[in-house]
Amino acid sequence: MADQTQKKKQGGGDEGASAKGDDAGQKKIAKKGEELKEEMDSLIDEIDEVLEENAEEFVKNYVQRGGE
Amino acid sequence: MPLPSVIGSEIEYGITVQNDRDFDPISGCVLLVNAYQDDGAADILWDYDQENPLADARGFNVEGEKYTPNQQENIARNKTLRNGARFYVDHAHPEYSTPEVTNVRDLIAYERAGEWTMETARRAADALLPDGQTILIHKNNSDRKGNSYGCHENFLIARRTPFKDIVEYLTPYLITRQVYCGSGKVGSENRKMPCDYQISQRADFFETEVALDTMVKRPIVNTRDEPHADRDKYRRLHVIIGDSNMSEVSSYLKTGVANIILAMIEDGVLTSNYSVVDPVRVVKEVSHDTTCKADFAMERGGRLTAVELQQEYLEAALAYFSSRELDPIHKDVLVRWERVLGQLKEDPLQLDREVDWVIKHKIISGFMERKKVSWDHPQVAMLDLQYHDSRPDKGLYHLLERRGEVDRIIEDEDIQRALQQPPPDTRAYFRGECIRRYGSAVFGVNWDSISFNLGEDPIKRILMNEPLKGTKRHVKELFDASDTVAELVSKLTG
Repeated sequence: MADQTQKKKQGGGDEGASAKGDDAGQKKIAKKGEELKEEMDSLIDEIDEVLEENAEEFVKNYVQRGGE
Repeated sequence: MPLPSVIGSEIEYGITVQNDRDFDPISGCVLLVNAYQDDGAADILWDYDQENPLADARGFNVEGEKYTPNQQENIARNKTLRNGARFYVDHAHPEYSTPEVTNVRDLIAYERAGEWTMETARRAADALLPDGQTILIHKNNSDRKGNSYGCHENFLIARRTPFKDIVEYLTPYLITRQVYCGSGKVGSENRKMPCDYQISQRADFFETEVALDTMVKRPIVNTRDEPHADRDKYRRLHVIIGDSNMSEVSSYLKTGVANIILAMIEDGVLTSNYSVVDPVRVVKEVSHDTTCKADFAMERGGRLTAVELQQEYLEAALAYFSSRELDPIHKDVLVRWERVLGQLKEDPLQLDREVDWVIKHKIISGFMERKKVSWDHPQVAMLDLQYHDSRPDKGLYHLLERRGEVDRIIEDEDIQRALQQPPPDTRAYFRGECIRRYGSAVFGVNWDSISFNLGEDPIKRILMNEPLKGTKRHVKELFDASDTVAELVSKLTG
């Protein structure tokens, strides 16, 4: 439990400014992680906007003949 | 020495019309192909007639004769474009064949020009449909209901290359390359093992090792022997096992590495035993393993993963090129191939800017996490399909490209140039320039011929059985010195 709390705090990126040498690195990673999450959120938002409605029917009706 | 590269691809697209209960794919394709406007490209027959050539000193072959195919239907289904490509109806799919090119970078430019052509035609065709109906085009290879359509790569190789060497050394490469050039698919079909997601669109459809068929019992190595060139000197290897790619990087590696492997086969430098036990089964096992960690039995004994087998080919290629001149494009292909294999070994999912199946996996995973849905949800199947949609505003690959979230090989300007101009360094230059300059006098075209209607005279057919002649260097002066098409033809035949 304590471990989880610790991880969460580091993930937040605003904790643990105490003397440890790799803090800056960890902050960087956490920040990078946050950026990635934000990017993914904005990507999924945009995909959600353009995704065809009635997916079930759309996919069901998508029938091709074999080719080549 | 291997032959200089001459390559090209033929890609069939999915076609459908929304809200049309009586949709007929063939009529849809004819509508699409005829809606496309390409200056000078109207009303040219595709010349199915194959004749014995007569030699000409400049590398052309000439003969004069008249023939009568069913012109109306032929013209309605075939458009030869001024960039030297062919845009046509093949069975129930619209298809785009690139002009012949000499390198994989140009190939990507013409393939993407093909996407533009399809989308431009789609918009024009859409305007002709009743309100409420929309024509849609997908650059994919399956409807996920057991129907597949192809992406075929063509390579010119020396006739003297033993076909058994091609089968032996190409098969293990072809069944494992999907790890960097599969387009990804939700689920399985064609009565294959169920799965959530797999690497390749096409693996489920390959049922035999070597054969002539392309539509049923599809083979890993196709034996079609139609060189569209001097058949004493050349073979055109017709590779049918690839997926159609959205990602330029996947497409570039797919054909670029194949070209390198074929050069080594032509040169006879591959000697190790790369053969895999039961390749027809392994192609599906590799496709179903998104960790890229599954191994399979080798004929020589022991087991390898797909990535490890690819690395053996890579080592052979690095050794091969260590004592040979390496052009910048082949060099770039080697560097990227090596890097991608290393990343696949570490963690395939890090290739989410480069490799189609990983890019698609990323957006589906992100969506599933957000929406709390699983692989069998209809919206997940929709994402899979819409990744390949040709519309810039709806296609998910196009959306990623616009957001700068995928790596590119070429620039947008390269695509625009490829739409307008034929490649300068193959016979496609002669074909494309004839259409651009003298479109109304061009009567019929095939890869290895072009014929002219000069009014009173019989149809004159110019045969071009050397893919590397008729280039800009060979014929630009001839064009410039000919004021009329009659003059051009007379200079070629005189």
